[in-house]
Amino acid sequence: MRILLVALVAAAFPWAMHALGQDFYTSFATRVLIYAMAAASLNLVLGYGGMVSFGHAAFFGAGAYIVAILAAEGITSLWIAWPVAVAVAALAALVIGAISLRTRGVYFIMITLAFAQMMYYVFVSLKAYGGDDGLSLPGRSSIGLGVSLSNDFVWYYIVLALLALVLFLLHRLLDARFGRVIEAIRENETRATAIGYPVYRYQLLCFVISGAIAGLAGALIANQTSYAGPTLLHWVQSGTLMIMVILGGVGRFWGGPIGAAVLLVLEEVFSASPLLGPYALHWQLPVGLILLAVVLFAPQGLAGALAKRSQ
Amino acid sequence: MSGILFLEQTLNSLQFGLMLFLLAAGLTLVFGIMDMINLAHGSLYMIGAYLMATLAEATGSFWVALPLALVATALVGAALEVSLLRRLYERDHLTQVLATFAVILIANEVVRMIWGNQSLMLNPPAGLTGPVTLPGGMQYASYRLLIIGVGAAVAVCLYLLVTRTRMGMLVRAGASNREMAVAMGVNIRRLFTIVFALGAALCALAGAMLGPILAVQVGMGENILILAFVVIVIGGIGSIRGAFVGALLVGLVDTMGRALLPIAFAKLFSPPVASNLGPSVSSILIYVLMAAVLFLRPQGLFPARG
Amino acid sequence: MLSLRDLSKSFGGVVAVDRVTLEVRAGEVHALIGPNGAGKTTLIHQVSGSLPADTGQILFEERDITRLAAHERVRAGLARSYQVTSLFRRFSVLDNLALAVQARSGSSFRFWHPVVKEAALFDEARALAEQINLGNRVEVLAGNLAHGEQRALEVGLALATQPQLVLLDEPMAGMGPEESQRMIALISRIRADVTVLLVEHDMPSVMEVSDRILVLDAGRLIADGSPRDVAADPRVIGAYLGAPEAA
Repeated sequence: MRILLVALVAAAFPWAMHALGQDFYTSFATRVLIYAMAAASLNLVLGYGGMVSFGHAAFFGAGAYIVAILAAEGITSLWIAWPVAVAVAALAALVIGAISLRTRGVYFIMITLAFAQMMYYVFVSLKAYGGDDGLSLPGRSSIGLGVSLSNDFVWYYIVLALLALVLFLLHRLLDARFGRVIEAIRENETRATAIGYPVYRYQLLCFVISGAIAGLAGALIANQTSYAGPTLLHWVQSGTLMIMVILGGVGRFWGGPIGAAVLLVLEEVFSASPLLGPYALHWQLPVGLILLAVVLFAPQGLAGALAKRSQ
Repeated sequence: MSGILFLEQTLNSLQFGLMLFLLAAGLTLVFGIMDMINLAHGSLYMIGAYLMATLAEATGSFWVALPLALVATALVGAALEVSLLRRLYERDHLTQVLATFAVILIANEVVRMIWGNQSLMLNPPAGLTGPVTLPGGMQYASYRLLIIGVGAAVAVCLYLLVTRTRMGMLVRAGASNREMAVAMGVNIRRLFTIVFALGAALCALAGAMLGPILAVQVGMGENILILAFVVIVIGGIGSIRGAFVGALLVGLVDTMGRALLPIAFAKLFSPPVASNLGPSVSSILIYVLMAAVLFLRPQGLFPARG
Repeated sequence: MLSLRDLSKSFGGVVAVDRVTLEVRAGEVHALIGPNGAGKTTLIHQVSGSLPADTGQILFEERDITRLAAHERVRAGLARSYQVTSLFRRFSVLDNLALAVQARSGSSFRFWHPVVKEAALFDEARALAEQINLGNRVEVLAGNLAHGEQRALEVGLALATQPQLVLLDEPMAGMGPEESQRMIALISRIRADVTVLLVEHDMPSVMEVSDRILVLDAGRLIADGSPRDVAADPRVIGAYLGAPEAA
């Protein structure tokens, strides 16, 4: 099965990189895994739920900031910091979702965008926690048990395990009653109401779950880079997550992870390699062009294209 | 707070609001008539500012460069519409958001490639670099007064265009019921291109006028784009009148908020709290305003449809 | 079973529903007819909860549901089908019906157990499919069904919620004579279990299947009686500007 193959490759990756003397790529791969989680969380609410939330970066960034702030206050244990980050992100999603989901269509997009901007400004204004410059962490969260997360190897596997867990739980959720209802609501909201589903409640819960997962991804990114900055909350970051989802395939299970991998690899390829020569700085240009092409000509994304191939 | 400060902030609000209106007007028309979310609108504003700065440098004259920049940006806008954007009209909002977001990325990089990363200098026209004394003895930057004048004049012209001319009538018909307008034989494609080009020219005007005050740099579009969207959501999508009222409202709340809140907070709270709270609360004021308006009137203040 | 008292709805200056008072009795098939623009669909929207009433009361089984949310009314036993087909197009017929069955069989805030393992839901959905003559089409995607089949699924979805009263908004819209006959047969079959209020234009069908006919014109109820009485009523004839004609 393909999943097994992917899992095997993922598990063996750091060893292979170490053998090749390219430890940097393990760190890069960890970054991909983290964004895969963030993109998957957006895919839940956007692809499966049909809610075009342009403010997802708010939950991602909030998760990162909470970990950074707690670290600044001396709390570095991940057993405390990470659940708190998730809880705060979930709470933010609850509040933002409760208000935004009263609107529809473009108003929903706008109001989620506005809320994300609000969060951005709130965090930027926290002078005590870095303001415009963001906040550095002294190091990775501590896990106790005599293990150090600053070892990139160990860190990779922790992140991989979490991603696998999240994807597994998402898979169950989507196959269960809740997942069905969410997809039905996306398909035809009026009809869903007409057969007796309290649509608002389902959408809100979906939004909260998605925000919570994004918060976890945020906690991980803060650890990955030992830094939390306001750009994580900016709406352009929301756009980046959306690009990942659409590249990978909106509403397809592997859309988030595939999209994240593809976008980050493209970024890396375009900005680091000699491919673009002196134009390497302008890697956003080919990324933009590719996005445009995908949106116009392959709206099902890469996962969709793969699915069609295997039919 | 002193009367002079109040008057100054009011004028600043007016200036900001009118410029926002220029951006919002084009955006709301495109949105209202073509039902398209155009994130690249901010990029047209940026391109307008860049073209203006370059042309002003080349010709040595603000007033010669201005119409050239407007026309050039309008052409860019028309080209964009014809080549790309018209494929998006039939698509869903998510697709439009992503495609125009891609345009932002591309536009930013192209501008960087041509002009580099440094911000450009754009000077106000000769003779308007200094302050002017208003009745009552207050000094106010003459250039800002020019902005207010230009903004108001354009607002009046737009109003006349939309309400008194045939094209304006077609535009309003298209905004309130597109299918009907098509059924009545309106050449929709050409109308769309014209509306888009007009919107682009308005963006360029705003970019050119604000260039001397704000920085002309890559990314200037994104910041103001959000404000423009807030304006049209508040004002009601598709409505010029809504864009006008919304823009003034946002200009007022934002400018006044930033000026007054820190003072108010300094009186109510201790200095460290006030210095933290002041800027953050004033930045989010317009979003609070938008949320409030949407709560009371989910379609905005002057919805064009139904 | 259903009581409308002084129900009104206006849009701007236009009065769509004008102080309508009527009763729908249990166990009967009622038809709501009237010329185009008479306000029939607006009335249905108000009863089902898609539109709020301006004034008046809606009583369902003695319970005031005027302010009740739409999905709550469904839970209370009031279901509807739509004039413009509104299905879950990318779900199969079976999944469409199963969704409706799922809605009334326990909470759907379940995140672990795969739905496909809940045999009870799908058995019931299959039975429903048989009832609406789509028994051999259960795997077809709703969007790929023929028009008549989609209309049947429309009714099926409403029935799947096991209502006491079902509102059918032009179930025969766009149907040829053969399909209409099948729909009439379906309505005749279900009347044993559920009270029906249907909005229709197809006069012969209406005459054939209804026990009582309610006539709406310009938002007002102008006649209420047996098919024969209503057919002969000069006000009704006047409202249609001549003899009632087939759709």
